[in-house]
Amino acid sequence: MTTDTTKLQVKDLNFYYGGFHALKNINLSIASKKVTAFIGPSGCGKSTLLRIFNRMYELYPGLRAEGQIVMDGKNILDKDVDINLLRAKVGMVFQKPTPFPMSIYDNVTFGVKLYEKLSKSEMDDRVEWALRKAALWEEVKDKLKQSGHSLSGGQQQRLCIARAVASKPEVLLLDEPTSALDPISTAQIEELVNELKENYTIAIVTHNMQQAARVSDYTAYMYLGDLIEFGDTDTIFTAPKQKATEDYITGKFG
Amino acid sequence: MDHNLYRQRRVVNSINMVMSMLAVGFGLFWLVWILWTLFSYGLGGINLSVFTQSTPPPGSTGGLANAIYGSLLMTLFGTLIGTPIGILAGVYLAEFGERGWLAPATRFINDILLSAPSIVIGLFVYEIYVISVGHFSGWAGALALAIIVVPVVVRTTENMLRLVPNTLREAAAALGAPQWKVVMMVTLRASKAGVLTGILLAVARISGETAPLLFTALNNQFWSSNMNQPMANLPVVIFQFAMSPYEDWHALAWAGALLITVSVLGLNVLARWLGKQNNSQ
Amino acid sequence: MHAQHIENTLKMQRRLDTLFRGTTRGFAFLVLATLIGIIISLIIGAMPTLQSFGFSFLFSSSWDPVAENFGALAPIYGTLVTAFIALLIGVPVSFGIALFLTELCPAWLRRPIGVAIELLAGIPSIIYGMWGLFVFAPLFADHVQPWIIENLGHLPGIGFLFQGAPMGIGVFTAGLILGIMVIPFIASVMRDVFEIVPVMLKESAYGLGATTWEVVRYVVLPYTKAGVIGGIMLGLGRALGETMAVTFVIGNAYQITGSLMDPGNSIASALANEFAEAQEGLHVSALIELGLILFFITFVVLACAKLLLLRLSKNEGKKT
Repeated sequence: MTTDTTKLQVKDLNFYYGGFHALKNINLSIASKKVTAFIGPSGCGKSTLLRIFNRMYELYPGLRAEGQIVMDGKNILDKDVDINLLRAKVGMVFQKPTPFPMSIYDNVTFGVKLYEKLSKSEMDDRVEWALRKAALWEEVKDKLKQSGHSLSGGQQQRLCIARAVASKPEVLLLDEPTSALDPISTAQIEELVNELKENYTIAIVTHNMQQAARVSDYTAYMYLGDLIEFGDTDTIFTAPKQKATEDYITGKFG
Repeated sequence: MDHNLYRQRRVVNSINMVMSMLAVGFGLFWLVWILWTLFSYGLGGINLSVFTQSTPPPGSTGGLANAIYGSLLMTLFGTLIGTPIGILAGVYLAEFGERGWLAPATRFINDILLSAPSIVIGLFVYEIYVISVGHFSGWAGALALAIIVVPVVVRTTENMLRLVPNTLREAAAALGAPQWKVVMMVTLRASKAGVLTGILLAVARISGETAPLLFTALNNQFWSSNMNQPMANLPVVIFQFAMSPYEDWHALAWAGALLITVSVLGLNVLARWLGKQNNSQ
Repeated sequence: MHAQHIENTLKMQRRLDTLFRGTTRGFAFLVLATLIGIIISLIIGAMPTLQSFGFSFLFSSSWDPVAENFGALAPIYGTLVTAFIALLIGVPVSFGIALFLTELCPAWLRRPIGVAIELLAGIPSIIYGMWGLFVFAPLFADHVQPWIIENLGHLPGIGFLFQGAPMGIGVFTAGLILGIMVIPFIASVMRDVFEIVPVMLKESAYGLGATTWEVVRYVVLPYTKAGVIGGIMLGLGRALGETMAVTFVIGNAYQITGSLMDPGNSIASALANEFAEAQEGLHVSALIELGLILFFITFVVLACAKLLLLRLSKNEGKKT
């Protein structure tokens, strides 16, 4: 752990839904350009934690985070950190594919146009680059003007990944990205995650333990708002230190 | 990262957020002004004689009793005529309308009738009823109101019936019930509150309507229970009195306006409350 | 014996079923028939003027019951212009309200504002008319109109819109009141469709660093455009047919002066003012033809709205 650089350092993080204490004293490091997976039974807080990294919770009243998450030397939970700029650096892909009601091309350029002024040819290049990164280019290069809705489920999710990647964020948050997809699309996306980690720090929440084992370098096991154990994936899955972790991994409950 | 671009975006965002708040203020401003006007002009005119005396000629005192009575009668009959038609047509659309051309056509036409100018409905009833009978009457007014009630009830009935899960229908059918019983005794009963809400909303709507009564029921200066003659009603009385140059007629017009508004708003509140009761069950 | 009883019961049930189906079918048909009946009866009633004037009725602006010379141009103009002003005012305000309710409004304020909108919708139109005539128009004439006429009346190109005497009532006042009346209809439709935009879709846009305005403009609006257009057309339908509010404040003048400050007439207000005392024959027939024209205009607007919505929803669900 100390040999890798840390991209996001979570320090004493607590999170509240109104009066309910949802996340308790979370401390962990998200390693740079590695994949960190969050696993645990429903309601354990893994999605809640993920959504703190881009302060998505601030869209809703009554939700409150205390503690620190340090990225590049700055606590991103600070009041004076600009949320929109943060979200340009920390991208997110959701459980269900969410193509915008516009063409494939416009979907990919949406985030880019917000923050960069590119010429038409530069934009075209960026679109091709992003779609290649999402392994979607070959399938859509002739129909960029068609609606994002005209794609299949797996393709739509890859479009969302292309869209998130196109604005060149530093971190990618994936919230159960394959839970709505068939096995073949799931495998494609897992392959993608493997390639993307060369350039991006990735945090992935997954319901599927085997997926975490296949895809991640580090795994965090959470239960009812507590971080029970965190370590490199191999150790967690073969020789977990906590009995609770072992029980979950071996399927004794969950 | 282009910081000028970002600053521009933030300014645009702020401007638009402020504009949306101004829009809310704009709407509230008129609402408050109109309601305040209504209450301050109308309350002064409300007294017992409004309910006990009939409409006076200019210069004398009087009330709105005949107009209130006439409105109640016509609203009642309009609802009684329009509701069964609306419910049964709604039943057709929800339960039998899967195949064929009649259901889509009826739905389309119904939506058009729903938003059709009510003065044209008045003209229609004038043409087919008033002319053939030879005179204005309370029945003509009730008929015009019924035509306005029907589309509202059709729409809500169909929507409410569609909300009833198919499993309920299947359970009844599985017991061997014939279709008409399934519909009348199970499906319709299950959506009873919703249908009732729709009826209340329709009543609220016709209570405030003036235009359809202008050339159907016309107006009547005196107390009358004869539906076969021109019948006094609040909206037309208010119209006449308000457009006149007489001060005491104006006062009565405001009082009547207040009465109508309170009834309409009260019915709306009742309908919403009923809808909520239904949901919480 | 028992079997026979059952057989009889079943036969009667079948008959009742057929009767039931037939009855409901009949009533559905009645709705259809009503529309056809309206159109036919109006045409019959308007026959005298249809025959006397033909199409020139639509383009003549004279209205002389004594000389029996009638033309629909002034009321049609009034109807269209007031409806246009109503939308000009009503649509942006409704959009702003819907935006506020869905994106900015704190939770405790939502219900009260929703109630306020319903109140605005529930106020009978005759009250709008009375308020307009007795309260708004005098204030408008004394305090606002002189300013408008003096300052805007000389603008190049559009100045003619604002010239005239400050009477308070007139085309603009009618349009403004109509605008206020359609706000609750359009705003609640917009709010309803804005609310069903999937949260995840909006979060995807926020997640890319978009501002609230950008999310609404580039994601929410395109997603809901069918509903938004439908709502606007509904408001337009209402504005075209509204009678009482307009009748009180439009001034009942058969004229087209081009200025918004002048009195005018709409089809509905002309009918409301004149029908009861109209002379048998050409006068009544002319009024009925006006009604027919209004019905036709409203029918076209509403039918187009429905077809548009149908087409848009079909396109959305298309998959290659």
